[in-house]
Amino acid sequence: MPYLELNNVTKHFGGAPVLKDVNLAVEQGEFVAIVGFSGAGKSTLINLIAGLLHPDAGTVKLNGKVITEPGPDRGIVFQNYSLLPWLTVFENILLAVDTVNPGWSKTQKEEHVLKYIAMVNLTPARDKKPGELSGGMRQRVSVARALAMNPQILLLDEPLSALDALTRATLQDEISRIWLEDKKTVLLITNDPDEGIYLADRIIPLTAGPEATLGESLKVEIPRPRDRKGINHDPHFKALRREVVETMLASKKDRHASVTRKLVLPDIEPEDLSAPPRPGWRKSPIRRREIKEESVEVSK
Amino acid sequence: MSNYVELFNLTKTYRTPKGPAVIVKDFNLNIQKGEFITLIGHSGCGKSTVLSMLAGLNDITEGGIVLAGRELAGAGPDRGVVFQSPSLLPWLTAYENVMLGVDQVFYSANSDERREIVEYYLTVVGLADSMHKRPAELSQGMRQRVGIARAFALKPKMLLLDEPFGMLDSLTRYELQQVLIELWRKNKITALMVTHDVDEALFLSDRIVCMTDGPAAEVGDIVSVNFPRPRERKAVMEHPDYYPLREHLIEFLEVHAHRRQPKN
Repeated sequence: MPYLELNNVTKHFGGAPVLKDVNLAVEQGEFVAIVGFSGAGKSTLINLIAGLLHPDAGTVKLNGKVITEPGPDRGIVFQNYSLLPWLTVFENILLAVDTVNPGWSKTQKEEHVLKYIAMVNLTPARDKKPGELSGGMRQRVSVARALAMNPQILLLDEPLSALDALTRATLQDEISRIWLEDKKTVLLITNDPDEGIYLADRIIPLTAGPEATLGESLKVEIPRPRDRKGINHDPHFKALRREVVETMLASKKDRHASVTRKLVLPDIEPEDLSAPPRPGWRKSPIRRREIKEESVEVSK
Repeated sequence: MSNYVELFNLTKTYRTPKGPAVIVKDFNLNIQKGEFITLIGHSGCGKSTVLSMLAGLNDITEGGIVLAGRELAGAGPDRGVVFQSPSLLPWLTAYENVMLGVDQVFYSANSDERREIVEYYLTVVGLADSMHKRPAELSQGMRQRVGIARAFALKPKMLLLDEPFGMLDSLTRYELQQVLIELWRKNKITALMVTHDVDEALFLSDRIVCMTDGPAAEVGDIVSVNFPRPRERKAVMEHPDYYPLREHLIEFLEVHAHRRQPKN
């Protein structure tokens, strides 16, 4: 029996469904990435699993039980970090640990928090507030907080999309390392096919919305630990990368109705604005040829 | 063939309380007419500084830039700029935003011709049905399309793109790269783009200029990209040189990232 299971899940907010007939099965200890366009319904999907939203049809089950509300068995990392700005790194994580394990002693809680701060390499910044941290550091706090709750499944909702390419690569390496250490079940939502391929065991495209649904899942058979540079030699990586990108772009193209329109582009030269126009001097622009007409394929 | 754009010993220094900070030092680059050049390097290495000096938006400390036989002094409509954030005027529609510049440089043309120019470029970037919407009604990707149309509509001698797709998600980025490359191919405009996306650089460029990390950034390595044109993403990704080049560029970026490790 799969660990996380979505059966024919449909969700709409009035109007056309955002998600339609979504089926997903994730095994325990698996790292699955869902790749989709902005606005395709990726976050709706995560919110359904988190229990922040309820499906209009179909069921979402974790470990055999239907999900009805948010709970500490699912740790979420949001794109916008969602840290409490008046608490330090340490206090932000302690708050989560405190809520999940109220019976622990003070030392036990503190040791637990420090362990996770060390895991994301933030020990020197433990007493800083979110406002004093960079985007990458804030996201590390958010990851540490989710892991410290010791959830059964980790939901990553575009955790790295707001970061620059270099910081993103560093954090991808860290997520990969942490996952190898404790093999949690992870569901990563991302818009970056490379990120999905680099991190996951399986990658599933989410077609462009509305009525988005999950496509066929693709297995990533690249041995771990993965080497960002080395995988450029891996023929499987190249083929997979091409397939994911193609599938995604094709799913969007299907939504476009193509119309051909006739357009006119006058073939005239711009005026030189650095030389002020002299009165009475050339009143019409330089025309190289007569007007050219062109038909352009327009996607709607 | 003579050079269309020449950057010679280009240097940028800022005065700081601790003495002068050299951002870019002796940057030399020659660009042929119709070439597509990409500057690649890390955030903060000074690549945008080079581009903004070329745009005339930033003063040149030493050295100079020649464009089409004339030394540059200040900004002008002969260089079209696409910024990372689309920088549209929020109270004007997409059409009016593009028309603003077209009215200036085509002041001698008649109003029908000017309308045709604006409509043409907004249509080919895929905004035929949204050209009378204001920026707030458009998605981030659509706003950036307006930015591209606005730059091309001026028929500039040179196109300057400062991480034009940096704020978009990777899949939308792919779509807009296609829009850009098709427009570029039809108009044969000399282009300089700044990015840190290796795939983007490989897909679009004729040559990729790798910049070393600042301070005192300079040209580190120049890579020629000889994929046949017109390019299609699938064919480019299947080209035998694609992944070796990709690895080479990633390695360049990694080496220069390690030279300047963050303190924590």
